[in-house]
Amino acid sequence: MSLATLLVLADGRLPAGGHAHSGGLETAVSSGRVRTVADVGRFLCGRLFTAGLVAAAFAAAACARPDRWAELDDGLDARTPSPALRKASRAQGRALLRAARAMWPLPAAGREPHHPVALGVVAAAARLDPAAAAVAAAHGSVTGPASAAVRLLGLDPYAVHALLAGLAPDCDRIAADAAARIDDPVDALPAAGAPLLDIGAELHATWEVRLFAS
Amino acid sequence: MRAAAAIVAEADGRGGTRLAVLRGESPLLVRRTGPHAVHLVGGAAGPLRGDDLRLSVEVGPGARLSVHSVAAQLALPGRPGSPASRLVVTASVAAGGALRWSPEPLIAAAGCHHLAVTDVTVEEGGSLLWRDDLVCGRHAEEPGDVRADVTIRYAGSTLHRHELAVGPGAPAWSGAAVLGGGGAVGTLVLAGPSLPSPATLGGDAVLMPLAGPGMLATAVGRDIRAVRAALDPVGAYAPV
Repeated sequence: MSLATLLVLADGRLPAGGHAHSGGLETAVSSGRVRTVADVGRFLCGRLFTAGLVAAAFAAAACARPDRWAELDDGLDARTPSPALRKASRAQGRALLRAARAMWPLPAAGREPHHPVALGVVAAAARLDPAAAAVAAAHGSVTGPASAAVRLLGLDPYAVHALLAGLAPDCDRIAADAAARIDDPVDALPAAGAPLLDIGAELHATWEVRLFAS
Repeated sequence: MRAAAAIVAEADGRGGTRLAVLRGESPLLVRRTGPHAVHLVGGAAGPLRGDDLRLSVEVGPGARLSVHSVAAQLALPGRPGSPASRLVVTASVAAGGALRWSPEPLIAAAGCHHLAVTDVTVEEGGSLLWRDDLVCGRHAEEPGDVRADVTIRYAGSTLHRHELAVGPGAPAWSGAAVLGGGGAVGTLVLAGPSLPSPATLGGDAVLMPLAGPGMLATAVGRDIRAVRAALDPVGAYAPV
């Protein structure tokens, strides 16, 4: 497996539209729940062990068996009660497929799959293994909101990046666990939810003016 | 303590519902309290660590059943070293049947370790209202570990799959992504042919259309009163 290929896929500069999404941070800031670097740290950690854990498991499973993409996509629908988050996930999945199509030959994965499914399918096409797909998913679940935090709150970017470094071992553990469960039936895969991410995404979708798409 | 309880509701052929089975054992006792209502009656404190409780609910074609409880469940530590307490609720609703599950909240006391597993299967044409409220700790108390694991299937597909973990074993559960310092959270799933429109419910509470034929209302509040204020009105759309 090529580590450099993993870096290409996990790079925040990949033109797949990720910069337009705050992963729920914009609502958390607006509600006053996230103000400081410490608040951001707890937000990121909570997100990693819920949305990140689920994304990692589904990316790993889709990487191991890209032909399971439809079943996994349904599984993410059942884990994403917020229509705004389903829309955001599918928009990012579609954007990732569009970018990746220029990079590697892709198998079929629908027009607009959920982002973790797209990530797994793309990782497989790039000849990465399920653990690599999972680590990209886990890491990606926190890097977007981290950079949104710097932009929204004007926080010290060094301090915020230090949070990401602190979460890196957790990303590795989550990815290893995800890679060990690729053969689980879809209902048995992780389903950790974060109520305020769902609620916040729905409230965010009603705003007239917002900086981020989600 | 191990205990199992079972409720089977069947249409009686005259427009009413007959409880063909109503069986419980302490601490999981069940009492009929209305034409199609059953209350869970706690026969002992708990659940405590080591408890293994199972409840099965079956609603037949055309039958209606409403399950409540007389008091909150209080998950307690129990003997150190015992395995997590566990309550597994399995429910099925046949076509034309209707089930309302709305017990009092589960309170996660300090030091508890509790797993609540919910597995519900609804046939096409059945109706469901499934409410679960969780209070994180008694007054001014940090909660122990509670994990709720919910699977709801409708017409052969998984409609809603959700896990929520709070307590010292759940990283950053009180952070702004999960409960944001809220002391209570409630969820209400509606499934079936007749559903309300999406809505915001005030505060941190929304009623969302799921990808399949169902809706989820979720509310996070400072305390259980805020959660009830948001979710109780949604219960008015009840199928039962």
